[in-house]
Amino acid sequence: HYAAAQKQAEPAVLQPTPQPKDDFQEELVVRPLHSGDIYASFQFRTLWETDFMRGNKVSHYRLFPKSLGQVISKFSVRELHISFTQGYWRTMQWGQPYLPSPPGAELWVWFQDSVTDVDATWKELTNVLSGIFCASLNFIDSTNTVQPSASFKPLGIGNVTDHRFLRYATLPREIVCTENLTPWKKLLPCGSKAGLAVLLKSEKLFHSSFHSQAVHIRPVCQDWQCKTTSWELRQTLNVVFDLHNSGQGKREWSLFKMFSRTLTEACPLASSSKIYIDITDNPEQFELSPATSLLSQAMVLGDRRTFSVYDLTQQDTFGSVRSLNLLIRWKSTEGDMLRPLLHAERYVAGYGLQTGEIHTLMYNHHPYRSFPVLLLDSVPWYLRLYIHTLTVTSKGKDNKPSYIHYQPSKDRVRPHLLEMLVQLPPNSVTEVTVQFERALLKWTEYTPDPNHGFYVGSSVISSLVPSTVAMDTNSTRERPLFSSFFPCKEESSYFVRVYTEPLLVNLPTPDFSMPYNVICLTCTVVAVGYGSLYNLLTRSFQIEEPSPGLAKRIANVIRKMRGVPPL
Amino acid sequence: MSGLPGFLIDDRLHFPSCPSQGGQRFLVEMAAPLTLLLVLAVTIRAALFRSSLAELIAERVEVVSPITAWKRVVEGLALLDLGVSPYSGDVFHETPLIIYLFHFVVDYAEITFMLADVITAVALYMAVKDYNKQVFRKQKFALEADRYPLDCLELIRSPKEMYYIPLKVAMFYLLNPFTILSCVAKSTCGLNNAVVALFIFSTIKGNTLLSAIFLCLATYQSIYPLTLCAPAMLYLMQRQYIPVNFRRASFWWFIAQYLFMYLGSLFVLICLSFFLLGSWDYMPSVYGFILSVPDLTPNIGLFWYFFAEMFEHFRLFFLCVFQINVFFYTIPLSVKLKEHPVFLIFMQLAVISIFKSYPTVGDIALYMAFLPVWSHLYRFLRNTFLVSCVLLACSTLFPVLWHLWIYAGSANSNFYYAITLLFNVAQVGQPGRSQRRLLIESLTETPCSPLRKSQNEKSY
Repeated sequence: HYAAAQKQAEPAVLQPTPQPKDDFQEELVVRPLHSGDIYASFQFRTLWETDFMRGNKVSHYRLFPKSLGQVISKFSVRELHISFTQGYWRTMQWGQPYLPSPPGAELWVWFQDSVTDVDATWKELTNVLSGIFCASLNFIDSTNTVQPSASFKPLGIGNVTDHRFLRYATLPREIVCTENLTPWKKLLPCGSKAGLAVLLKSEKLFHSSFHSQAVHIRPVCQDWQCKTTSWELRQTLNVVFDLHNSGQGKREWSLFKMFSRTLTEACPLASSSKIYIDITDNPEQFELSPATSLLSQAMVLGDRRTFSVYDLTQQDTFGSVRSLNLLIRWKSTEGDMLRPLLHAERYVAGYGLQTGEIHTLMYNHHPYRSFPVLLLDSVPWYLRLYIHTLTVTSKGKDNKPSYIHYQPSKDRVRPHLLEMLVQLPPNSVTEVTVQFERALLKWTEYTPDPNHGFYVGSSVISSLVPSTVAMDTNSTRERPLFSSFFPCKEESSYFVRVYTEPLLVNLPTPDFSMPYNVICLTCTVVAVGYGSLYNLLTRSFQIEEPSPGLAKRIANVIRKMRGVPPL
Repeated sequence: MSGLPGFLIDDRLHFPSCPSQGGQRFLVEMAAPLTLLLVLAVTIRAALFRSSLAELIAERVEVVSPITAWKRVVEGLALLDLGVSPYSGDVFHETPLIIYLFHFVVDYAEITFMLADVITAVALYMAVKDYNKQVFRKQKFALEADRYPLDCLELIRSPKEMYYIPLKVAMFYLLNPFTILSCVAKSTCGLNNAVVALFIFSTIKGNTLLSAIFLCLATYQSIYPLTLCAPAMLYLMQRQYIPVNFRRASFWWFIAQYLFMYLGSLFVLICLSFFLLGSWDYMPSVYGFILSVPDLTPNIGLFWYFFAEMFEHFRLFFLCVFQINVFFYTIPLSVKLKEHPVFLIFMQLAVISIFKSYPTVGDIALYMAFLPVWSHLYRFLRNTFLVSCVLLACSTLFPVLWHLWIYAGSANSNFYYAITLLFNVAQVGQPGRSQRRLLIESLTETPCSPLRKSQNEKSY
């Protein structure tokens, strides 16, 4: 169900695919945001009608990157989703992203049910991926891996629901930079030599307020009958350019300004290469040049959007200068955005280094419809959660979750996993609080710069949100009357995943400079205890006659000589 | 009776509880102050439970440890309600019997903890009374046999002193601020203390079976009371006039009997725990946790900072050294103190409370309650004033330095560590000093010459 929703979320290009065994498509979606920022989302999709699993060794690779193909067949991967993100997506200012991702690195993998030792395979896989993407994925171990029971369903075909074969991990502290982008670009059939990938220059991409790159691999149906499957590799890159950084205060963008490159050709290997500009708000807000007559409509995130389409495979797109430099110019700064229906934030409350409380706020901005959300929290073991302090309140009333899956942590072995299904009442804020205790770690377990704090990964909120189109019961938009009485099913709700902010939590620290002193002093105290007991155990008490004084001794000598008993 | 004024002897020989004086009347006489004391203690606790301090006290690391914290018991129950085994996580470390107990009485927890304190106090009171009767009898025989020299007189316990000792013991336990804090924080240490007190009571009463059962319960709760095995056997043998002699069959027969009862009840308890939750998960979670010290939450003991700062490859070695320390003294102490098993119990309790992995003030309160029993020997104590000052000062400095480190951020962990270190320095002297006292005392029971002179000890 999620898979359908997710697929629908993208403005899919439904072209009758030709017969070659593999196929490559590329596209760029540009969405001017109401805040004045601009959101560019690249998607590169490689489809390959092959089967990695049936024991036949796949050795001939054309468009599909060999490194990933080998990973899939060696580790029996069913689905693989990996994302590297720098910056935090501001839902309330920017709306929902096409592909959400949490700050840092995120990796989730469904394995084939033929895998016997999932943990060992996962460990190996993370190390291999770490090498492929030049990222610190090798720091993924059992202490930050969880097995969500409901939040992460397979997005491709196949309805495995046994979450034993699922592993999910985040590295919220991971910093994404050029060294991650280069190997990512190398996976593309044209590299960064031709096509849309020419625009991906790191000096511009990383000079932005948000940058996220991802790789999604999943099995998909080849045709409508779904008799055979093919593998889909989707490489996405989302970036939000800042108003003031790149526009110098002027609200005007062009491809050249954003990426310091213009487009001259499509990737020759691509069957389709397109640029979509979201012009739903045009022409009240901005104007676009060169203009195009090609328009496309799609349901994106529950909203009907209109796009101008530039097809790079057509020569006339590039005009006489043989180069395409799209220009967007803002006309006015006002205008309001449709508030995202689902939004969440999270923070740590309390003071001091002993205890604390995690607050997660989930907003339902829908005016009259309530909907359920799945909240997933993975908290490291050194913040000891007390599940009996868990409270869920909305509108001042207790809101009991209908499903709770809680796995307590094991020290130095595995994190806490809390998953619950909460019904969000219409137009409300639901607050989830849980108390925790901060552990004192061994001095070798602290990260460098321990007083900076420890990161706790974002919580993940997955939900089927009622669509804004269905919300519009008064038919403010023009639609044929016969189509607008009952909300049709496809449009009634859409799948959304929202990531909250990662948390930064301080832990009490020992003094790192004095292990020797502590060892010496404590051992001394133990030795004193031992010594005093040893002393008494070996000491014998005996009564000692006091030595008599000199006069007495002389007297006794005299008495002895006299034959009288001594004094 | 030579040398002692007749009236003095008379006065010192009449123990009020001897049957000729009417035990019934004595019981009534003594019951009144004890009841008063109990009422007072319960009132204080009830008042504190109702005050806003209770929450504050329950968070104090000196009062609750990761094993005994009430918050964790509640967490265990909550996990059980969620259908998760409480031992699958690392928050709950109580034994299955505790979780079973609180499954029923969780709503009456305050009453349970007050009751535990009352039981401890009454058991200690009765035990010490019984013990004193025996001591007095022994002293009387010694006096009649003319074995005390004239200048030992000040060491002889007068019936009046002894009359108040049990009450003092109960008072030391019930009104000790450490016990009160521990009870108000609902630390399960109070329950463990009650079990140990019942063990002492049944041992002194000479009930071998109950002694073994309570000792087994105490061991089951936290491994360390295992060392109390030795004094219990010594005492019971002394009571049944079995000589402590390795070549005697009766000696071995008694040990076999006691161990059989002990191990039998341990087996029953462990199996019972297994059947309560249907898994052995509790073994590593309770005993593994006590022995391997994975949780380094600060407390008043020696372990936390030491193992936080330990080099990883020496960790196991020092863990063994520190844990063996608790069990290590049992045999030499039993050899040395085989004539004084009750004192040996006191020594072992002190050693346990100092060297255990997660000590709390509740453990200290238990052995401190025994101090009045040996009150007549205080004058042989060295540095009493200094030690009590250090203990007092440390107790007040704990919260201050904790606040500076954790909340104000103006101090670091070393400050708190320094205070725990000082507190332990003051404590480790304690058993040694008390033992010194007792060894000196034991000289008085030999046909001796003036004791005053014996203070020049000779050591090798």
